[in-house]
Amino acid sequence: MRPGHAFVAGYLVLLVAFGIVPTGYGIYFAFTNSANYFSGLSNFTAVARDFRYLPAVGHVALYLLIWLVTLAVFVTGLALVLHQLPARRTSRLVRFLYYIPGALAGAASVMVWLFMLDPTVSPAAPLLRLLGYGTFGQVVQEGHLAILFAMIAFWTGAGGWIVVMYGALNNIPQEVIEAARIDGAGGVQIARRIQIPMLRKWIVYMVILAFAVGTQLFVEPQLISEASVGVAGRDYSLNQLSYDFAFQNNNVNYAAAISVELLVVSLVVAAVFVTRSRFFDAD
Amino acid sequence: MALVIRAVRARSEPRPARGRVVLAVGVAALLAATVAGCGNGSSPGGGSSSGSTKDGFTQAPQSSGPLTVWVDSTRVPAVRAYEKANPDIKINMVLYDGDANGSNTLQTKVELYDRTGTGWPDVVFSAENNEISWTVGAGFTAPLNQGLMPSSFLGNFAAGALDPCTVNGKVYCLRNDMAMDVLWYNATLMKQWGYQVPTTWPQYEQLGEKVATQHPGYLVGNVGDTFTPEIYMWASQCPANQITGLRAVTVNVTTANCTRMASLLDTLVKAGSMSKLGVFSTAFDKKEKGKVLMLPGPAWFGGAVFDSPSGLNTPKGQIAVAPMPQWPGTGTPSTGDVGGGLWLLSAHSRHLNEAVNFLTWVTGNNAYQDNLAPGYPAYTPAATVWLANQAKSGYYASDISTPLQQAAGQVWSGWGYGQFSQEAIWASTIVPGITTGKTITSMLPAWQSSISEHAQADGYTVSSS
Repeated sequence: MRPGHAFVAGYLVLLVAFGIVPTGYGIYFAFTNSANYFSGLSNFTAVARDFRYLPAVGHVALYLLIWLVTLAVFVTGLALVLHQLPARRTSRLVRFLYYIPGALAGAASVMVWLFMLDPTVSPAAPLLRLLGYGTFGQVVQEGHLAILFAMIAFWTGAGGWIVVMYGALNNIPQEVIEAARIDGAGGVQIARRIQIPMLRKWIVYMVILAFAVGTQLFVEPQLISEASVGVAGRDYSLNQLSYDFAFQNNNVNYAAAISVELLVVSLVVAAVFVTRSRFFDAD
Repeated sequence: MALVIRAVRARSEPRPARGRVVLAVGVAALLAATVAGCGNGSSPGGGSSSGSTKDGFTQAPQSSGPLTVWVDSTRVPAVRAYEKANPDIKINMVLYDGDANGSNTLQTKVELYDRTGTGWPDVVFSAENNEISWTVGAGFTAPLNQGLMPSSFLGNFAAGALDPCTVNGKVYCLRNDMAMDVLWYNATLMKQWGYQVPTTWPQYEQLGEKVATQHPGYLVGNVGDTFTPEIYMWASQCPANQITGLRAVTVNVTTANCTRMASLLDTLVKAGSMSKLGVFSTAFDKKEKGKVLMLPGPAWFGGAVFDSPSGLNTPKGQIAVAPMPQWPGTGTPSTGDVGGGLWLLSAHSRHLNEAVNFLTWVTGNNAYQDNLAPGYPAYTPAATVWLANQAKSGYYASDISTPLQQAAGQVWSGWGYGQFSQEAIWASTIVPGITTGKTITSMLPAWQSSISEHAQADGYTVSSS
């Protein structure tokens, strides 16, 4: 037994206990009925026929579109700008500022936004009023939710990725940049032709993880729903619907079917991204 | 997701074959064992099947130990008062959201406990009065009138108070308070402006329009609450929630009984004397303090909205109560009801004696219900003392006991207690539309289909006539 085994053993135990076993248990539920008999795809078709299912799929798709695009564009852009900053101290300070929101635990950071979005208590109240929103109910209208959730997710999650991208940029050999500069490339051209292509794998990695997290959207709509006493955000995402099936309609099998769908979608998307970007090719 | 990455990576990086096989076999065995183990014994309400049948249900083996009581923050003084009155009984108090606004917290937790076979609380307070619709089927609540509690005690609850607790003659919970709707109004302002308290809805509508022009900014009501339908639609005898069987409901919200109220509300919202805000929103307390002329609402509005430092905080001597206005031609007066909490006893409890003692105390007349309770006690002897105490406090401008006692017997029985939350449905279907300026009348068809869909999702058969 090599020392490496000892190092991964602890992780492996947790992975099996809290990752693999629950996944297997979920798959078992998804293909059985309440009497524990094999039921084929009937849970999946029944879920798809539920009146809340298609709207939830639409909500999550819209949210993902907004979030993934802003994440990819802004994180890469901000990391590049950060990397160009000449002053070391400013760069360090800005990196730290970017990172702070990410240090808050998920639910806590959504709580911050509940206050931000309520014009009666928000420090950004003048801005909200300027946009014509005088009450919390007006701010969290149905049509605003995807954008609001994308904003919350960006605010909580992007900082960490900016720091990661910054690290990746530091890994690009100075000689390559230097050579480009001698060839007459400016800042924009270096970014476009050298840095972004060399960051490609990191961006793909970020998008895969963000996609998986995004399809599991739950905390944001659930807390908005609680805060607005059910006016906005109830049964908004697929995960909420799964939760409702499990605990309100007492149907763990339907709930598991949704979870398995999310797992399959995430796996397929990850596989597509990985193969298309040649993620595992040696450089 | 890290899992996926790792799995993919594992596939692409060659590794000693022996280790992989061993790992795969190990994981598979573990999986199989877990799935097999979890597959059984997850029948609802399982876990305490080893007990004996007594008092109409299977009781768990009894033991001593602290009594676990779940309450919302409003009911904390009740537990504290009990602890003070019974210093030798140990209470393990757990604070939760009280299931308010259809949050389903209790059901969520109970279903988890059913799976694990342990963890149920002994006594639970719930602000939702439709709990019985699922607790009986889940085997969570114990029947109280099959030997646990004497009929002399249960008979003291107000007429109809135990309706939301009763299934096939068995009483599965105790009502904490009555929440019948009345017309709250500011007597000082009414007198000052020379207005008469309306007794019919058309009069109410006229006054609302008059207020909008003569005293802009003042309110005669609000429609922004999740329980708005339980004030206006229920009182108007709108058939939105007629539970006709254990899993059957009749919904028809486009009939005259509903449209007449919807159009009244639309008119007053448009005029400006009907607020779109909820009474518990921060904006309402901030904007409407001192601006409420009338407010149709439940019996607990007095303590929770008017005489509350965190609410409107209206000064002493201004607020009075009148009966809900009626539609001309209504035979017997009718009103609605907003909640009125319940106390539930767990059928899994191992401390039934202590739990029954607690329930008897907390709902009966005592230091809590007589003095501290914010709402009209459902237990009649307690209500009598409570009303006398309210009068003694001198907060109200006139006697509130007559209209409250009257309203307690006028709650329209055509609005039932289904498992789906009417409050949650109204909140997600109608309130966003009101906020963005749609009329309630235009949203009635959407309300109809939303109620039907939610009812069907809970296994109800829905008919419209």
